[in-house]
Amino acid sequence: MPSLLRPFMDSLRDLAPIILVIAFFQLVVLQQPLPELGALLSGTLMVVLGLTLFVRGLETGLFPLGESMAYAFARKGSLFWLLAFAFALGFGTTVAEPALIAVAAEAAEVAAAGGMIANSEAAREGYAVGLRITVALSVGFAIVLGVLRILKGWPIQYLIIGGYLGVVVMTAFAPREIIGIAYDSGGVTTSTITVPLVTALGVGLASSIKGRNPLVDGFGLIAFASLTPMIFVMAFGMVIG
Amino acid sequence: MEALQLFLDTLLSTLRDVLPIAGIIFGFQLLVIRRPVANLKKVLIGFGYVLLGLALFLIGLEEALFPLGKLMAEQLTDPAFILGEGVSRALLWDDYLWVYLFAFAIGFATTLAEPALIAVAIKAQNVSAGAISVWGLRTAVAIGVAIGLALGTYRIVTGTPLHYYIIAGYIVVIIQTLYAPKLIIALAYDSGGVTTSTVTVPLVTALGLGLASTVPGRSPLLDGFGLIAFASLFPIMSVMGYAQLSDWRARRNGRHDNAGE
Repeated sequence: MPSLLRPFMDSLRDLAPIILVIAFFQLVVLQQPLPELGALLSGTLMVVLGLTLFVRGLETGLFPLGESMAYAFARKGSLFWLLAFAFALGFGTTVAEPALIAVAAEAAEVAAAGGMIANSEAAREGYAVGLRITVALSVGFAIVLGVLRILKGWPIQYLIIGGYLGVVVMTAFAPREIIGIAYDSGGVTTSTITVPLVTALGVGLASSIKGRNPLVDGFGLIAFASLTPMIFVMAFGMVIG
Repeated sequence: MEALQLFLDTLLSTLRDVLPIAGIIFGFQLLVIRRPVANLKKVLIGFGYVLLGLALFLIGLEEALFPLGKLMAEQLTDPAFILGEGVSRALLWDDYLWVYLFAFAIGFATTLAEPALIAVAIKAQNVSAGAISVWGLRTAVAIGVAIGLALGTYRIVTGTPLHYYIIAGYIVVIIQTLYAPKLIIALAYDSGGVTTSTVTVPLVTALGLGLASTVPGRSPLLDGFGLIAFASLFPIMSVMGYAQLSDWRARRNGRHDNAGE
């Protein structure tokens, strides 16, 4: 139990700024009392406890698992299976991502309001599912590309700048309604469980291959996963519209 | 009883989110790698911690912080608050100063508590043998998100097109990439993607929708989006900026030492 006390204090410190900001704006700017102080305190306690357990689980579960898989694939030496795994991880973790489901549903509303699709339940549903699959495919593609980059040692900036160019060019041609959603979809794809796994996978791969630096080559998978959805979603908007 | 029900529901939905990931990992482990997972028991316990931790974290946020944060976002964007009771005139962009400040402060604070960022920062500190500190990285990212959100709310208020800002941001990122230390580049690009998950997205979405529905001439459907894009772009700049600053200070100190000899 004492071993949990320090991480617990760390989590408390991590959350203190949120509480300060909310209290300041509520009491000083809006000049209103804090409602339901009891619920606020018990909720905060749960958040602190949850964060503590999460960080502990990262170090005993997710990180070692991601790394040991990276080493196992490196030892096995099969490029096909490594890339298949990368794609499955990207696609599988994204298609069921709650934040993406929410954004896709909102996007369907926008599309219906903008007259891009028929304003019926079925059309909106179909649009939202299409969008989710598009984003999931793009994340699968991104992780495959990112893993290839680590294997080959390509410098990341050329790929990212190429991706930016892709975004800019697509922006010029995509329907106006889809642009905001496309830009946001890059940010919502990477969930709290995917990020540690993917990071551990990248760093593990880079450290198990001769001549790769885990810091220079190991990171970057998340960056691809946030960039490709923008391009794919705008393409989706162009195809539909 | 109700609390227990909520807890079980949240735990179940977290479990559902993790299931595809677990399926893929164990599927590949069994069928392709065909080796038992090292320290399987420890890994499973770790997974258990992650699930339980995430469920508690989400319930706590849902119970305590989100309702209040969303309410505040609505109140701060309400014209009655901005102008005072009974006053009625056209709002200008500088009437929303508290909103920009709130966006800045809440962006900074929520990013510090973002679990995915904590994970990446721990990894970066391990890999760089401490050269990149967990706190340094998290603070740099939080400042980036704060600036991004403040600017993003300003954009909603003024109604300028989103892609101008994003494309200008890309140009800055590309220029910084040319000059930033090579070691930081991949990490900086990554930090754009990790900032926006569990904590930040719901609050930011509420802020964006609140603003877009109260500012005259904005449509929540068209203008409410885009804040997340800002929050993903600006940390890239701030992390590279942080590395450039430490690099520059180290070099200046180095030169200073040489001159002293």
